[in-house]
Amino acid sequence: MEHLLEMRNLSIDLSRGKRRRPVKLVEGIDLNIDKKQNFGVVGESGCGKSITCSSIMGLLSFPLSVGRGSVIRFQRSDGSETDLLKLSKKELQKLRGKDISMIFQEPMTALDPMYTIEDQIVESLRFHTDMNKAQMHEAALDMLKKVKIPRPEQILTDYPHHLSGGMLQRVMIAIALINNPRLLIADEPTTALDVTIQAQILDLMNELREIYDTSVIMITHDLGVIAETCEQVAVLYAGQVVEEAGVDEIFHNTAHPYTVGLLRSVTSLGGAQKELYAIRGTVPTAGNFSAGCRFADRCEHCMSICREQAPKLVEVSHGHKCRCWLHTGITREEAAQ
Amino acid sequence: MRHLLQTIRDLWKDPMGRVGIIGVLLLILLAVIAPLAAPYDPEQMVAMPKLAPCAEHWFGTDNYGRDIFSRILYGARVSLEVGIIAVGIGATAGYVLGLVAGYFEGPVDRVIMCVMDILFAFPSILLAIFISAVLGRGIGPTMVAIGIVNIPVFARTVRAAVISAKGLEYVSNARSVGVRTGAILIRHISPNVVAPFTVQATLALSSAILTEASMSFLGLGIQPPDPSWGSMLSEARSYMEQAPWTALFPILFIVVTILLFNILGDSLRDVLDPKLKT
Repeated sequence: MEHLLEMRNLSIDLSRGKRRRPVKLVEGIDLNIDKKQNFGVVGESGCGKSITCSSIMGLLSFPLSVGRGSVIRFQRSDGSETDLLKLSKKELQKLRGKDISMIFQEPMTALDPMYTIEDQIVESLRFHTDMNKAQMHEAALDMLKKVKIPRPEQILTDYPHHLSGGMLQRVMIAIALINNPRLLIADEPTTALDVTIQAQILDLMNELREIYDTSVIMITHDLGVIAETCEQVAVLYAGQVVEEAGVDEIFHNTAHPYTVGLLRSVTSLGGAQKELYAIRGTVPTAGNFSAGCRFADRCEHCMSICREQAPKLVEVSHGHKCRCWLHTGITREEAAQ
Repeated sequence: MRHLLQTIRDLWKDPMGRVGIIGVLLLILLAVIAPLAAPYDPEQMVAMPKLAPCAEHWFGTDNYGRDIFSRILYGARVSLEVGIIAVGIGATAGYVLGLVAGYFEGPVDRVIMCVMDILFAFPSILLAIFISAVLGRGIGPTMVAIGIVNIPVFARTVRAAVISAKGLEYVSNARSVGVRTGAILIRHISPNVVAPFTVQATLALSSAILTEASMSFLGLGIQPPDPSWGSMLSEARSYMEQAPWTALFPILFIVVTILLFNILGDSLRDVLDPKLKT
C-alpha cells in the first residue's frame, strides 16, 4: 500500500430509529493521505468534515455509525495494513493516541478541569508505554519544551483554567504528539484562537510535523489555513467530496462553483472589495438532497441537467478531481437538450 | 478533600444551609448519644400511662406508661439508621446502573431504564410495602425495601449526568488518546456526577425516613417494642383526644427531620450547581 491512509466509499449513517431508514450524512468519500502529507479538508459547517475524521479513529457514537461497504485502510508503523473499521474496541484503544491522534477545536473544553496539565499529558503515556512515573514526568516536560511553552516545570502543575487558549492548544498538541503518531487529525485547531495566536500554532504544527514525520489531516473552513499549511485539499459539500486537488491547483485553477464561492467569500485586507461575497442559500439538510447535484439550488451556473442527474467525481486535469457538470466535457447546449 | 471543605464553607455562608447543617448534626448527635441522654429505658413501663408532659417526663408517657422522650431519642436512631442504610443501598445500585446505562446507551440502556421506569411507576410506599411483604418485617427488610424503592431515582439522576458529561469535549479527547473505558468512567465522568448525586442523596434521605415512618405506622416496618416514630404515631392514634402529646411529639420530630434534610438538600443544590447561582 503506497498511502498511509486510504478511505474508500466511506459513508456515515444517522440512525432514526428502527422503523425509518438511516440518513446518509456523508457518502462515497474516497481519500488518500500520503506519508508526511498535510491534507486539508474544507467545507461549511455541517458538511460532514468532522464526522468523517472522527470515523477514522472510531469515535462515532450512537446515533452515528459508519455505513456498510466503507473501508479505511491504515498502514501501521511496522508496515502492516489494517482496516480501521474492522478493529475491535480494544485494538482501537491501543491505536488511538499512539498511531493516530487528534487535536480538537476548543482547547478550553478539551482538557478536564479536574486534573493538572501533567496528569493529562501523562494519561496517554500510561496506556501506551510502560514508563515509570519519573520517566513519564521527564517525557511530559520534554514535550512541553518542544511545543515552546514557557516555564514548563510550573505549567505541569497548573490546572487548565490557569492557562490561556493558545497555551492550552499547545498542551493539546503536546498530548497528541507525545507518542509520536503517524497521523494527526486536527479538527479546526485554530478556529477558537485569537488571530495573533493562530499563525503561531500553525507554524508550530508545521515545525513539529517535520521533526516527527507525521501526516496531518487539517479540518477547517478557513482557506487561509489551507493555503498556509496544506499540500493536498479536498472540498466537502453536503457530505460529498466536490473537488480535490493540490493546493496551488485549487487556488489558481478552481473548478467547482462551490469552491469558487468559498474563495470569493474570503475577506481580504486593503483590497478593492466593496462588499463581502456570500454564497446564497444554505447547505441542504441531510435526507433532503435532490436527485441532481446537491449544490444546484445555490449555484450560479445551474443548468437543467444539474437538477436531474447527479454529477460524478471526475478528473478534470492531472490530480484534479471535480464533481460538476461544467467539467464533464458537455457543453451548455448539449446539456439543454 | 479540598472540594469537600469548599462545599461546606459555601453551605455555611447560606443562612438556610447553616440551619440545615446545624439541625442535621444536632439530630445525628441526639441519635448517637441516645443511650446516654435518654432518662429511661424506652421499652420499659416507667410511670402511669398517658401522663401529661411534666418535669420527670418531658414529653409525657404513652399508653403503656413508657417515657416518650426516651422513645423519641431511640426512634431518631432507628430513623437515621434506616434512612442512611436504605439510601446507601439505593444510591450504590442506582449509581452503578445509571453509569452503565448512561455510558453505553443503546440496548443496555433501554433494558435498564425500562426496569427502572416500571419500578418508578409504583407509588414508593406501595412498592416498599410489596417488597417488605416478600422479605418479611423488621428493621433489615425495611431497609432493603426502601433501598430498592430508591434505586430508580438515583439511576435516573446519574444517567442524566453521565449522558451530559459524555458529550464534553475532554471526554472525547480522553477517548482519542486511547484511555480505557473504565478509566474514562472513573477519572473523567464520575466527578461530573458527584454534585447531582449528593443532592439527590440528601433529599432521598428525608423521603426514606418518611417512608419508614409510614410503613411503621401501617405496622409493616419496625416492629414493636422497638421504638420508631411511625409506630409510636400508630399506637397514639387511638388516644389522640385523651393524650394528644403521645401523637404530637412523634409528628413534630418527623416533620422537623424531613424539613431539615430538605433544607440541607436544597441549599446543597444551590451550592453545587453553579448554574443556579445568581
